[in-house]
Formats: sequence, C-alpha cells, structure tokens
Amino acid sequence: MTQLALVIDLNVCVGCHACVTSCKEWNTSGGAGTMGDQNPYGADPTGTFFNRVQTFEVGEFPNTETVHFPKSCLHCEEPPCVPVCPTGASYKRKEDGIVLVDYDKCIGCKYCSWACPYGARELDEQQRVMKKCTLCVDRIYDMTMAPEDRKPSCVKACPTSARLFGDVHDPASEVSVAIRESGGYALMPEWGTHPANHYLPRRKTRIKIHEDELERADNPLKVDRQLPKPAMAEPTLDDVTTW
Amino acid sequence: MIGTAEDHHSNPLKIALSKFKRDGGRFISINPVRTGYSAIADEWVPIRPGTDGALLLAIIHEIIATGLYDREFLVQYSNAGQLINVDESNDEFGFFVRTEVPTEEACYEPQDKLWWDRTTDRAVVTHQPGADPFLLGEFNLPDGTPVKPAFQLLHERVKEYTPEWAAQITGIPAETIRRLAHEMGVTARDQKIELPIAWTDSWGKEHDTVTGNPVAFHAMRGLAAHSNGFQTIRAMSILMSLLGTIDRPGGFRHKAPFPRPIPPCARTPNDPRAVQPNRPLDGMALGWPSDPDDLFVNPDGSPVRIDKAFSWEYPLSVHGLMHNAITNAWRGDPYRIDTLLIFMANMAWNSTMNAVEVRKMLNDKTEDGEYKIPFLVVCDAFHSEMTAFADLILPDTTYLERHDVMSMLDRPISEFDGPVDSVRVPILPPSGDCKPFQEVLIELGTRLKLPAFVTREGARKFRDYPDFIVNWESEPGSGIGFLAGWRGKGGEKSLRGEPNPNQWEMYRKNNCVFHYELPKSYQYMRNWNKGYLEWSQRNRVTRYAEPILIHLYSEVLQRFRAAAQGKGFSRKPPESLKKRVETYFDPLPFYYDPLEAQLTDKHKYPLAAVTQRPMAMYHSWDSQNAWLRQIHTHNYLYVNARTALRQGIADGDWIWVESQWGKVKCMARHSEAVEPGTVWTWNAIGKAAGAWNLTPDANESQKGFLLNHLISEELPDGGSRISNSDPITGQAAWYDVRVRISKVGAGETATGVQNTSPQFEPMKPYPGMKTRAAILAFFGGKSK
Ligand code: SF4
Ligand code: SF4
Repeated sequence: MTQLALVIDLNVCVGCHACVTSCKEWNTSGGAGTMGDQNPYGADPTGTFFNRVQTFEVGEFPNTETVHFPKSCLHCEEPPCVPVCPTGASYKRKEDGIVLVDYDKCIGCKYCSWACPYGARELDEQQRVMKKCTLCVDRIYDMTMAPEDRKPSCVKACPTSARLFGDVHDPASEVSVAIRESGGYALMPEWGTHPANHYLPRRKTRIKIHEDELERADNPLKVDRQLPKPAMAEPTLDDVTTW
Repeated sequence: MIGTAEDHHSNPLKIALSKFKRDGGRFISINPVRTGYSAIADEWVPIRPGTDGALLLAIIHEIIATGLYDREFLVQYSNAGQLINVDESNDEFGFFVRTEVPTEEACYEPQDKLWWDRTTDRAVVTHQPGADPFLLGEFNLPDGTPVKPAFQLLHERVKEYTPEWAAQITGIPAETIRRLAHEMGVTARDQKIELPIAWTDSWGKEHDTVTGNPVAFHAMRGLAAHSNGFQTIRAMSILMSLLGTIDRPGGFRHKAPFPRPIPPCARTPNDPRAVQPNRPLDGMALGWPSDPDDLFVNPDGSPVRIDKAFSWEYPLSVHGLMHNAITNAWRGDPYRIDTLLIFMANMAWNSTMNAVEVRKMLNDKTEDGEYKIPFLVVCDAFHSEMTAFADLILPDTTYLERHDVMSMLDRPISEFDGPVDSVRVPILPPSGDCKPFQEVLIELGTRLKLPAFVTREGARKFRDYPDFIVNWESEPGSGIGFLAGWRGKGGEKSLRGEPNPNQWEMYRKNNCVFHYELPKSYQYMRNWNKGYLEWSQRNRVTRYAEPILIHLYSEVLQRFRAAAQGKGFSRKPPESLKKRVETYFDPLPFYYDPLEAQLTDKHKYPLAAVTQRPMAMYHSWDSQNAWLRQIHTHNYLYVNARTALRQGIADGDWIWVESQWGKVKCMARHSEAVEPGTVWTWNAIGKAAGAWNLTPDANESQKGFLLNHLISEELPDGGSRISNSDPITGQAAWYDVRVRISKVGAGETATGVQNTSPQFEPMKPYPGMKTRAAILAFFGGKSK
C-alpha cells in the first residue's frame, strides 16, 4: 500500500520560507483554498498556512545549533485527528495515505486540531473549516502537468532541494533510501501516530589533521628560508686564522 | 563563508550550498550571528564585528609560518617575488624596481620588474626561463639599492599578527585560528584537483592540466561595510592567493568581464572643467583611479562631486558615497544643489544612516525661508517613507511591468564558464500612471538633448527604452552595447556586433538569458591564460592581453601614500588629509580598529550592533506583502542571553539601545546564536507609521524599529566632519556602530502601552490610494 510523504533534510534547509509562500500560493487558488488572511495590512495580521518554518536555537553559546524546522501535516499512518472527527470530514485515503479534510462536511468544531499532537491543523477563520496540508493532491495526479511538476508545490520551490517527496512504503524510493541511509526520523514516535513524513538530521563534515601532515618534505620554506650564498671574494675567518 | 548576511546572493547561493554539503564539502561560517546559511555550517566560528581583518591576517601569519603557501603559484602568478626598493631616503622607496624591457605594443603593466634569481644569485627580469626568485631575503642591486621581494615584506608585516594577537581582538580562540589555517593549507596542498584541460600560459608555456586547490571563500558586506573593510578584503584576497586558489577548480572563479587589469581602465574626469553648465559630464561618472592624478578634485585638492567621491577623502570610491549626498547638499559642503533626484532608495528611512536627522535635513530651510534642498524628485514603485518628502513623485513600475537588462556593462549575471547577461520583459501591464524609470531617463536625456540621445541635428535617437537598449553603442560603430547576445544584423554575432533589431525577441525566445560558454581551456587561470586573454582582447572585453599578476603588494596604494609623504611629481593631498592618506593607503594589508570604534569609549558602549535582512524578503521590496509580513511582522533586538541577564533584561523586555549618535526603544530577544559582544536585528522590517500603505497601528511601526537611527553618516574629524566610511573606498561603514542597552524603566511610559521609539507623524495615503480590505482571500486566476 502506498504512503506518500515528505522527507525534509534539516542538513540543508536554510529557513528561507520559499516552501511556505509557494504552498500558500498554490493552495489558496486551488481546491483547498482560499487561505484567508485577517488584517492583511493592519495590526497583528494572521492567516492560514499549511506549512510554516519554525526556527529553534539548540544548546548554549558558543555551541549553538540554529535549526530551521519546516512543519506541515505529517500524514500520520495512525492519525489521531481522524477518529475524533464527528462528521467524518477528516479522513485518510486508502490509496496513497494522504490525510484530507472534506470542507463540505467540516463543521469547524476543532476536535481534530486538539487531537493532533503536532499542531499541524489551522482553522480558516473566514471559511470556518479546518485546513491543512494536502500534499498538493491537486497537483500530483494532474495529468495535464508535466511529470516533473506533479510534485507538491513546496518541493518544487525549495532552492536547497531539502524537501523530498515519494512513497515511504516502497523500499526502493528516494525517500525510503534517504530515511534508511541518512538517519531519517519521525517526530514524537511515543505518540504512536506513525507520521509518514520524516526528517533527516544534521550531518557534519570534519577534517582531522595529523601532526605529521602539517610539514611535508616539499615544504616551500625549505627553499625560501635558504639565503643567498655570500660572494666568493668576501673575506673569511679562514683567510686570516693561521693556527 | 565570512561576513555573509542571509539574504545575500539569494537562490544561487542556497542551491550551491546544498550541493556543496551533499557532495561532502566542509562548510565553515565565520559570522557574529548563526542564522540562515550559517545554521547549516559544519562549524560556526563566532567573531566580533569589524575584526575579520585580524582573523585573516593571523591565518596568513600561520600559513606562512608553517609553509602552507603555494609557492609555485605565488612565483608565477603574483608579484610575490618582485623586488621593491626599500631605501627610505629614495623617492622610489616602496616602488617596484623597474628595468628597460622591449614591449611590442602598448600595455597596462609592462613586465619590467625584477626577481632575485636563486640559481645565478642576481637580479633578473621576472619570468625568465629557468629563473626562480627568492621570496624571502634582502638584496642589494649592483648600484647599491637595497631591495626586498614583496613576499618578504608581507612576511614582515604579518609577523606580529599571531593567532594569540588575533584571539584578543576577534574573540576566536588562538587554537581555532591555527586549526582553521591548517585545515585550509593542508586541504589546498593535499586535496588537489587535476582536470585534463590543456592550456597555454602568458609566457608561452603549455600545460596539460589545470590544477585546483579546493578551498573557496564567500564574503559579502559583513566584511566590506566597515571602515576597515578595504584592507580586510585585501587580506582575504591575499590569503586566497597564498593558498593558490584563484581562478582554479574548487576556488575563487572569475566571472566575465573579469579578470580585468588592476585597477580596470575606466576613469572619471580628473579636472573640474569636465563639469560645465548645460553640457554632459565630460567622461565617466564612476571609474577606478590608479594614482593621485586620476582624482576628480579642484586645483586646491577639494572634491568636485557632491558626494566627495574620488577626492582625497575617499580616493578609490568606485561606487560613490550615496549615504553622504543629502547631508552634503544640506550643509552646502562642497556646494548647494537645486534638485535632488532619488531613485529606488529609501533615503528617509532604511537606506540612510542617521534617519532622524536626515529626515529633518530634507525639510530644513535657510534663514530666508528657502528649502535647503529646494526640489526633490522621488521615483519609487511603493509608498515608501521617502515619497513623503518629495516635491514630485514619479511612480515607477515594479520589475514585473517593464523591460530591464542585466547588462555586460554593469554587473552581469555571468557564470564561471563564460559571460552571461539577461533581460526582463514585462509580464503585466503597468498599473495606474506608472512609468518605468528607464523610460523617464530616456525622455529626460532626449529633451535635454544629451548627445547620447539625439543626433547631431538634435533629433531624437531612441523611441523608448527597448529601442535604446538595442541601438545604443559605446561609440558609433563600436559594436559594444548593453547586451552581448544576438548582436549583428541577424543576431549571428556575440559580444560585439552591429545592433540587431530583433534582439529582444531573441532573448525572449531563449528564456531571457544569453550564455556564452568559453572553450574549456579558457575557463581557468584566466589572469595568465594566453588563449583566454587574447579571446578577451579580440572580443574587446579588455583592452590588453598581457598577464594580470596578483598584487600581493599594491603599488597603486603606495602611489597615494608616497604623494601624502610629499614624494614624486603627482598631485599631493591637502595638508589636513596627508596623515589619513599616508596611514590607510598601506600597500600591504593591516588591521586597525574601525574609525567609529576609535572614537568611542568602549566601556560606555560595549556592544557592536549589526543588521541583516531576512531571507524571506529580498532587500526591503515587498516586505509589506500580506503573506511575507506575517513571517516577520516586527523585529526584536537579539541579545546574547548572558549579556542581557547581566543587565537584568529578560526575554521580551522593552529596552533602550543607545549609541553616541542616537537612541531607539525596542524589544529584546534572548539568543544563544549571537556572540556576546554583538546585538543585531532584522533590517527594513521596522517602518514609519502609515508608510507602505500599512495602517498606522501596524506592528511594523509600533513594535518594529530601525537600527539606522543609531548610525551616524559622519564622524567628527578634528574640527570638521568626515564620512563614516572606509577611508580608501568610501564604502559606508554600516556595521561599525557601537551601542549600550538598558531596560526601559517602569515609569517611562505615560500610557502603559509600549511602542518603539522614535515614532513619527503617520504618513498619509495619497489621493487615489485604496484602503485595504480587512480580509484577504486571494484566489489567483489559472494560466492558459
Ligand atoms: S500531523 Fe496532525 S493533522 Fe496531520 S495526520 Fe498527523 S495528527 Fe492528523
Ligand atoms: S524552501 Fe527548503 S530551504 Fe527554504 S525553508 Fe523550505 S525546506 Fe527550508
């Protein structure tokens, strides 16, 4: 059974927010839209986003890591947001594992957003329905698009290609290989939600220089520290010492 | 990566960093702050602002002390081995010793310098077959003149710049500095890349391969925008040269039209008579002075330009000094002006230093009631703070509504493998009464009957901007114009050729980009690559095809210094500037405290304050966008948590930030990702109330703030004032300001409602500006 998901490589995400705005750009105009904004040009503007990037500082100066952390619905394999929904608006698709909300059934009761341990759902204040990432379900199967465009909008936009998309149940897929080989992990596994989305951790490249590597036989100082030979005609001690 | 803010270079850099990391590269970020790009660095090296020069000089010290420099590269491709006159009593002191050499044709920098040859133990003309110079030592020419190779002088210069010395200044442990030097040196030496690309050097020697020493540096304004920035960048360039990593695989690669002679050939006029009423400037507005006689000064040495660029105060100010134009005009120093035209610069806000005072200057009047800057024209696409001061606003289009060129004549988007330029074509019609500023300029030029825009008979030459771009040539029949692609009658020529009436169409068909890929053998070692240099000369990219040796030792700087010392026949600086020119025009890089810091009691103002723009916004354009402003609605001052707590400042507290020049009130945010002696904030998030068509109570003005109020555009200098800039280049010292912070007292707000300070009277909407809806539910139209 297919389970589509995003794998986000925190090793290269620079926190540019391109995924945030491209997500909103696509989805506000698509089947999941609109994604309204309140007070867009006034005090305390706020609006609906399916994807947000949060930035954390980890550790104490000078051993600080700054982590940019893009966060959207993780399309859990055991999604707690689904059974709590009184109207059946929240559901998980059998064919590809995408968790969706049927706006026509949603009554905006917010049970699902309380049940989601990840804070991935946002109530659209204007339409009064619950909204969240759809994995761009209206792109990925759109046969009128070129094959390379049949990906979530955020994946297309990410300049560092930090966002991978594919079937985490297919062991040969790019996402499965990345999870396996680069230490991919799921968020808060203790909740038993089995998130489909995974994150790849920071990986550090270090150089170890051994002392004997510092100076080599061809060290240029061996040439440059040599001073010119004195002229043959210059007097020496040898010329005047008779014993 | 050093001194790079996170909005710089934008997407190409993000793409390259991710590729670099995935290819296993080691990424070190040297920055007072760890955000954006630095976040994904393998190692973050926090540094105090303005001290990068000390770090780089200490690394140079260590590279030389351990012999980790690329000797062969320095000997062949730099002036490391060239002999310099060290007889202080001689007028030629500090200059290269020259000899007569036959030159076939005019050239820029003849190869008439000397090496002290190790085999024959005598002075020989450089690059003689079989000769190999001493890089260290002191020698006497047959006439007794004492001489030293440039490398020896560099070695002497950096002797005292030990890692321990730099540790005190930069805050980076000496051990780390040493390790960084060793990592760079050993990688450059032992991880060489050898590409099977044959090429011929300028001296006729054929090479089967191109060698690369894979250590690369990326630096931006964090290095440059200090008053010691020029010498810092010289230090970095010298470090790259010592590592042998210039225009080689894995290193610093040139982009066309570079490499160019040092300095490039363009010059401004050097005589005030070049400026005449009702006549165009007789020469280039910007250029590269190479000696005092190139300066644009009056006979008494005073500046000709309103911004004092190319004067003794800032001789090599190749970008001008925009940040002083308003202050100078207001004061009438060097003179008054009647009209100031501002394009795309928010000089009443985030594009100026000292915004509070500059806003007053823009409105200030003389005793007889006349405005000090009588007529102010502002061209802007947005309702920026600057427009409020305009007598005349020229509403500009955004880049989506007009034609633009990223021309070979002005910072094209070239790639490492060859020249690239590009265009923009409008994808939307202009809205309202907007007119692209380019069209305004062409119209102005034509109506003023400037020779570039009208025929000899005075008739209009160019219909509009697209027509101008296609048909303008640098001189009649030169074949050099704005765009390098699809030139010639039918678009069959590149770089040079007759105007092509269908050039725009051809760009459009090619995704708006022209990319000329050089043959592989011309893609590397271009300073000394015979094939490349001849190609460049034939295509009139450069005038000369001679090798462009790297200046470890800068004779150009020495010329200014010698003049300041009263030597030689060139112009001399006015008495009051002699000391300054002599001090800073050092032919070898050196470290000095930034000028503002030299004038500041560091106990009183213990912190350095810097800014950067967030990645989500490029520059300040569009930061009022409804979605982007939800990402950064207002800014905080980021303070190292321990620094803040020592003053009893809790996370989120309201604080005063004071420099010698001004005071702002804002909110503090604790951070572990900033070095303890630095505070920083996002620039251009804070806005004036009512500006950018945001409501006057918007967070940007009530909780956001501008650090610019704390930065002075001038510094006291004896009895007078001098620009807060690099004394060599006039580069604005944006990142030099020193501040102190304190908690806002309980009784300091009357209403109990805190907002940032200073506040200004809210800007009014202009007639016809729409009030915005309280809810935005954007639904874009489908294309097709
Ligand atoms: S992340 Fe939250 S909203 Fe998404 S499937 Fe899991 S529980 Fe449901
Ligand atoms: S677009 Fe990519 S790099 Fe930018 S914030 Fe999103 S995941 Fe990170």
